[in-house]
Amino acid sequence: MALSREQLAMRVAQELQDGYYVNLGIGIPTLVANYVPQGIDVMLQSENGLLGMGPFPNEQEIDADLINAGKQTVTMATGAVLFDSAESFAMIRGGHVDLTVLGAFEVDVNGNIASYMIPGKLVKGMGGAMDLVAGADNIIVTMTHASKHGESKLLANCTLPLTGQGCIKKVLTDLAFIEIKQGKFHLLERAPGVSVEEIIKLTDGELVVPEHVPEMNI
Amino acid sequence: MSGFNKVVNSYQEAMAGLSDDMTVIAGGFGLCGIPEGLIAEIRHKQTKGLTVVSNNCGVDNFGLGLLLIDKQIKKMVSSYVGENALFEKQLLSGELEVELTPQGTLAEKMRAGGAGIPAFYTATGYGTPVGEGKEVREFNGRKYIMEEAIQGDFAIVKAWKADTFGNLVYRKTARNFNPMAATAGKITVVEVEEIVQPGELDPDAIHTPGIYVDRLIKGSFEKVIEQRTVRQA
Repeated sequence: MALSREQLAMRVAQELQDGYYVNLGIGIPTLVANYVPQGIDVMLQSENGLLGMGPFPNEQEIDADLINAGKQTVTMATGAVLFDSAESFAMIRGGHVDLTVLGAFEVDVNGNIASYMIPGKLVKGMGGAMDLVAGADNIIVTMTHASKHGESKLLANCTLPLTGQGCIKKVLTDLAFIEIKQGKFHLLERAPGVSVEEIIKLTDGELVVPEHVPEMNI
Repeated sequence: MSGFNKVVNSYQEAMAGLSDDMTVIAGGFGLCGIPEGLIAEIRHKQTKGLTVVSNNCGVDNFGLGLLLIDKQIKKMVSSYVGENALFEKQLLSGELEVELTPQGTLAEKMRAGGAGIPAFYTATGYGTPVGEGKEVREFNGRKYIMEEAIQGDFAIVKAWKADTFGNLVYRKTARNFNPMAATAGKITVVEVEEIVQPGELDPDAIHTPGIYVDRLIKGSFEKVIEQRTVRQA
């Protein structure tokens, strides 16, 4: 069975380590905050100027001056800090964020990522995504393995305009956990009940498959 | 001493000198930390042909979206736009031009503009549409593109508190682009919630020194929330 959005978030959460500063993109990545393993402290960075983002507020706590990068009202965790956008992107561009999780339309074997622009459709903008992919070393892309029409999103070459070049090393899809190195995809894990054959069929770029591919532990 | 008093008494005075085809840098992230009264004054003045540099362009009928109603904006320099129908319509009809700029690059362009740095190199955008036509240089084996600084004829800024000298303190994530915007305007106009006397703000806690500020006005703010999210009790 393909992973649900929540299961994708749960699997990403297993990559968190105690003391990590983490930036979570909009959509599935945001859900990761709900599954931080017990006994681990992470601090969430929101690129509009908050390090130490807390949960959504209750009705009494709502503050128009306190939002996240998705423009949602949030709270601050204990020990949070506030800063301006240049400082925020100094953290991101300077490589100080330990883990970045974001979505994409396409990823290819060279670690290129396309995530902000579909020609012919209205382009809303890249927001902070180009800074995040260029600045972070440890990035996990979360997305569905293929489109609704069964077209692979793991390609030999991205077809859409790029968000970043050669910057992605890990991709978690609803079917598989994949590492990108030396110009190839490498299959690390498969979603529970998903066969290696199914993953091969839906992966357009060259995929290296080891003899034994463990199932994810969700 | 009065030479340092930046307080003006009307919005008309605050935005005096703004004319057609100027560049305006605006602080704010979404609708958070935007100079509501200064935007309303630009609408009232009906200044046209503006280039507006701001992370976003508000929503229909609020924030910078208000300046779309009478087509006052010629060009937006932003990282993320299109939260409003009017924006989309004017973009598709060619009445409005957009220069999409990565958020960190946008903040750095403003910071550089205010700090006398004409350009800088960044890895952000290399190998993407943003990097097309820009100078590329390699440092330590990695490729970077050159991005130029931005300055505005005007900068419009929202802060929480100021003293009459224009020393500013922001509140929570309403800070965002405001401190960089404040440095990058030939004329920097700031709208605040409260004005106090010099000496009342802790010098160690001032975010923007008054040297960057030309005009200061006390406003009243609606503070519209874009995404009202609450947790279950």
